[in-house]
Amino acid sequence: MTTTIDDAEIAKFQAMADAWWDPNGKFKPLHMLNPCRLDYITRQIAAEFGRDLSDPRPFAGLRLLDIGCGGGLLSEPMARLGADVVGADAAERNIPVARLHAEQSGLDIDYRHTSAEALAEAGEAFDVILNMEVVEHVASPPAYLRACHDLLKPGGLMVCSTLNRNAKSFAMAIVGAEHVMRWLPKGTHDWRKFITPDELFDLLTGAGLTPVDKTGFVFNPLGWSWSLSERDLSVNYVTTSLRPEAPAQL
Amino acid sequence: MKTDSDLIIVGGGLNGPALALAAADAGLTVTLIDREANPRQAGENPRAYALAHGSVNVLRATGVWSRTGDGQQPILGVRASDGRAGEGASPLALILDSGELEEGPFGAMVEDAVLRRALWETIDAAEGIEVITGVEISSQSTDGSRATVTLADGRTLSSALLVGADGGKSGVASRAKISRTGWRYRQMALVATISHERDHEGIAHQFFMPGGPLAILPLTGRRSAIVWSEAEGIAKHFASLDDPGFLAALRPRVGGFLGELSIEGARAAFPLALSLANRIVEPRLALVGEAAQSVHPIAGQGLNQGLRDVATLVEVIAEARRRGEDIGAADVLERHRRWRSFDRAALATATDAFVRLFSNDDPFLRAFRDLGMEAVTRVPGLRRAVMREAAGLSGDRPRLMQGLSA
Repeated sequence: MTTTIDDAEIAKFQAMADAWWDPNGKFKPLHMLNPCRLDYITRQIAAEFGRDLSDPRPFAGLRLLDIGCGGGLLSEPMARLGADVVGADAAERNIPVARLHAEQSGLDIDYRHTSAEALAEAGEAFDVILNMEVVEHVASPPAYLRACHDLLKPGGLMVCSTLNRNAKSFAMAIVGAEHVMRWLPKGTHDWRKFITPDELFDLLTGAGLTPVDKTGFVFNPLGWSWSLSERDLSVNYVTTSLRPEAPAQL
Repeated sequence: MKTDSDLIIVGGGLNGPALALAAADAGLTVTLIDREANPRQAGENPRAYALAHGSVNVLRATGVWSRTGDGQQPILGVRASDGRAGEGASPLALILDSGELEEGPFGAMVEDAVLRRALWETIDAAEGIEVITGVEISSQSTDGSRATVTLADGRTLSSALLVGADGGKSGVASRAKISRTGWRYRQMALVATISHERDHEGIAHQFFMPGGPLAILPLTGRRSAIVWSEAEGIAKHFASLDDPGFLAALRPRVGGFLGELSIEGARAAFPLALSLANRIVEPRLALVGEAAQSVHPIAGQGLNQGLRDVATLVEVIAEARRRGEDIGAADVLERHRRWRSFDRAALATATDAFVRLFSNDDPFLRAFRDLGMEAVTRVPGLRRAVMREAAGLSGDRPRLMQGLSA
């Protein structure tokens, strides 16, 4: 990595990287959710592309885009599994932080301060897109998902997770996670922008994608851990959709 | 930084090689380091292990068990009773018959030399394991991305995770400044192999004598392993006797059910102690086997607990690896710690209570334990629960212990 930033900047990035990667630090809820997210993502990719997860680098040859990559909590596992990873984040400060940590982990990841729309405009193409907890933050979900569609190669796969909009998610995500547990800074989420699974399927279909799966992430307060559920999508849930091989006939 | 291997394991005894094999089977690359020039032959060691059913499953899954060949003696029954020298066993006894367990025998007895040879033969035939022997470790360090070990010959090795399987005086633990909690019991275990006139019929006997328990555990042929616990002073006296003198002291305690007895090979004596590492994981570091917990051998749980450490750790890191997680990261290793913590606490408490209850000649305690053992024998549900616990079939078992791959 060639860089022109000074030592004080590097120290600041190191502190931020340490914060991102501290399992008991301010991103603890993401670390707790991460094994469950990775289980879902790795199984969906392996099934779609016929890969065996017991191989040392099962995702070798797959080009993967992680949108909203943050400190690289998903990008690094994907790179470790052999994928050729581009991590994109709209927050510029995350990029050098993620780069520093990847370098220390011995992983080669292309982190960029950019957006899905800009990548699509530049003609980039990916086999896999990870679109985790982003769609509820964007200004125009239809335009954003259309850009994601354009970024996928035909036959490519997108994993997209978000928060459901109902009384329970309001209680859990806004009151619980932001105010009671202090897991997330207040104002992280705007509940009115949360999306129900039916609405998300409509949005995905409208963007030219074919939704093929939806699964809930369920928090178990007894085991203090998350698990996957086919039935309970009431708060946090994830979907898989594919870009059809042939362009849709008009 | 790239690392030289996924895992560096220090310690070529029993748990280290078992972990190396299980990890290699799960697709991880392993470096196994032992200070002995040839850990395949650790000298004459009269110890034998009562391997629980789950432990046998771990050895079977890693391809070790088939190499123990005709060195396996199945444990077909367990008989535990109170006894006093010259009086023979109390008629009130705990009798467990493996015919009541659908999984078959409780487990198996196997001698140290047989198990060690089988483990190392399997290691030598395995792929993905680099073996470095006959060299000390001069230093170790860990950082956010790897563990690094420097050998006395100047070589430096790195891995995502460093595992100490180097015994109760673990160098890996002490270099990481992990302290231990424990105590001694002012008892010693006298260990010997006897051959005898009559067949043992695969029954393991435990006599609770005033000075401590005497275990007579079946080995192949007409041979048994003796683990005889006594108060320190008396034990030292018996240990100092020649074979005929030792036998003269042992004979009235065993009684006559095995016929004539004779001593085979070397005898040994071990102080009895319970010692637990205060932490079993740190970022990039884990302790297994006696490095994590060494227990009074009274219940035969030392190696069984070690193999449970192995099976749990391999399952946790194999799963993490399939997800693309960093196998040495604190949150990954925390899953191993949490899974093992209940077992470790239960084991320490139970072992301690067991010693205090059973190494005692108080008439009230004697009556209490006789009645307790009789109750377990008479009540089928309770008896099966005790048997499943003894055979290592209870609790949230790691997949390797269930005979599945990690």
